[in-house]
This record gives sequence, C-alpha cells and structure tokens, in this order.
Amino acid sequence: MTGKLNFSLVAPEREIFAGQVDQVDAPGVEGDFGVLPGHAPFMTTLREGVITIYEGNARRRFDVKGGFADVNGEGLTILAEEASEIVA
Amino acid sequence: MASLKEMRNRIGSVKSTQKITKALNMVAAAKLKRSQEQAENARPYAQRMASVIANLAAGVQGADAPRLLAGTGEDQRHLIVVATADKGLAGGFSSNVIKAARERINSLIAQGKDVKIIAVGRKSRDQLQRLYGEKLVRTFELSEHKTVGLHSAQPIAELIAEMFENGEADVVQLFYSQFKSVIQQVPTGAQLVPAEVQTASADNSTALYEYEPSEEEILETLLPRNLTTQILAALLENQAGFFGSQMAAMDNATRNAGDLINALTLQYNRKRQAQITTELIEIIAGAEAI
Repeated sequence: MTGKLNFSLVAPEREIFAGQVDQVDAPGVEGDFGVLPGHAPFMTTLREGVITIYEGNARRRFDVKGGFADVNGEGLTILAEEASEIVA
Repeated sequence: MASLKEMRNRIGSVKSTQKITKALNMVAAAKLKRSQEQAENARPYAQRMASVIANLAAGVQGADAPRLLAGTGEDQRHLIVVATADKGLAGGFSSNVIKAARERINSLIAQGKDVKIIAVGRKSRDQLQRLYGEKLVRTFELSEHKTVGLHSAQPIAELIAEMFENGEADVVQLFYSQFKSVIQQVPTGAQLVPAEVQTASADNSTALYEYEPSEEEILETLLPRNLTTQILAALLENQAGFFGSQMAAMDNATRNAGDLINALTLQYNRKRQAQITTELIEIIAGAEAI
C-alpha cells in the first residue's frame, strides 16, 4: 500500500472534512465498504450510518444521513445529505 | 414660508430617518458577511455534485436516461421559478430579478407556450400575482425559517419534481440574482430541468466505473437531490446579494439624508439670522424714534 487517500466529506452547507487519510469505511446501500488508497473507480449511494476515517492510529467518526460516494483516480468524495462528527 | 419651528421639526425627522438607515446599513453589512460565507461554503457541494452528474450522464444517454435529465422531449409547458427576497429596502434587488423573469415569461407567452409560475419570496409573490394572476401556482416564503438552508430549498425542489412527474411541466427555469460582488448582483436565469450537464470532463475513466446499484438507479436518486442543491445555491446567492444590495441602498440613503440635513440646516440658519437682523432693526428704529 503506497501513499494516502485523498478524502473529502461534503455536506450541502459546507465542506466537513478534506485531507489525506489511510482508510475510509462508509455505509453503502448494498453493504458497508472500505476504501484504501488506489481503489478502483466506484460509485454508490449511501444509507444512514457511520463513516469512519483512519488516519494512522487516530480515528474519526461521522454520522451521515444518506448521500453518495464517488471513488475515482483522484480520491474519494462523499456528498452527504447531512453529516456531523461523533465526538467520542 | 415654513416657520422656524417647522423647519426644526423637519431637520429632526430627517435626522432620525438617517439614524435608521445607518443602523440598517450596519445590520446588512454584518449579515452580508455571514451569508457570503454561507454561499461560499455551499459551493464545493454543488460543484462536486455537478461533476459527478456530468460523469454519470456521459454514460447514460438515450431512451433509458431519467426524464429529469433528458426532459420529456417536449417544449410546451414551462415552469418558471422566481426567487427574490422577502423584504424590501434593498434598492432594485427584487425588481431586477422580476424584470428578467418577466421578459422570459412574456416571450414564452408570445410563443404560445403554457407558463406556470412559482414565486419564492414575498416580493416576487406580490408583483407576479398582480401581473400574472392565476398563472402563479404556488408561493414560498423564506422568512418561515430563520436562516436559509436545506429546509428552505427542499419543499421547492419537491414541488418542482412532483409537477414534472405529473406532466405539468416540460422545462423548468429558475430566476435568481447571482452574487458577483457586494455592489454587483446579476439577475440570472438557470435551467433546472432538463438538467444542464457540463460537457463531459476530459478523463474518459467512466467506462471503468463500478456502480452500486446501477447507473440509472444512482441517477434516479441523485437528480432530485441535485435539484435541491441548485435551488439552495441560488437561495444562498440571493441572500448574499440581498444584503449587499440593502447595504448599498442604505448607504445611499444615509448619504442623501446627510445632504438634506446640511441643506436644511443652512436654510434654517439663514432664516434665523434674517429674523434676528429684523428684530435688531426694529429695536434700533424704535430707539431712534424716541
């Protein structure tokens, strides 16, 4: 595994997260999926659930309500209908 | 000629008007900053959404494309959404948008098309109601909610989608004011349905994409959402433009009031001096007579 994954989480009102991460887990409509750097192009709608971002040993979790994920050569973009960080 | 007391009152009333316009100017400036930020924060979402749809649309074309994207293939029934502000005191802000919309509506009517209108904001409702009466099918007021957000855009988008599905509209256009800068707002008409898609982006990686569920299903859910996003973006631009326009209008009003106060004060002082002079002459003349 080389490099990092470009990830941005965008809600209609604002960009919630943008940066380089190691891995992102997200709830797809047809099952949860994880995205690592270099993932093949992939597009899916999301159901309500939790997005987990892995950065080294740190983790951040976000609540999302529906949305849409797009993985392409440049990275992963999640357009969430509503999203907020879960403060542990 | 007005008496001195009347003039004093007049100056007093202009002064208090100036206080109000000055306060409103400062309030608008503060709100402008916030709504400008809001409009800018909403931009990334709208941009990503547009590029994702452009990507998808390149793959899905022809008969199986969703109707929100491809249209009904007809051009008879037009739905015009006119978004303005709820409040006035902002110069020609709302009138400019309505003027642009009216030109479009009138040319459509002249071409024999069916036109329906949705008014967003109290100002557009008032004017359009008077001009077009029953063509106005629904109105929305923004001041139901304290801030402009998804909750303001959602019901509008739902109504548009519903009217489209029921075959009440073939083409949907949205008129709003684009926020160029604090002093410049441009009335703009944007086509919502059929969706205007950016010409396919340069990378041809679409063929390699994996879709979950199918491309069509994703588009099905994405397009109504795109409608909401576009409306939200327009409402936010409108809001920023409104405050910008209000700020400029109130700044002008404050300056005009200042000019008026100066002119009135000058007049008042001249008159006062003239009166004093007259009184002095009378006293001196009286003293000499004795």
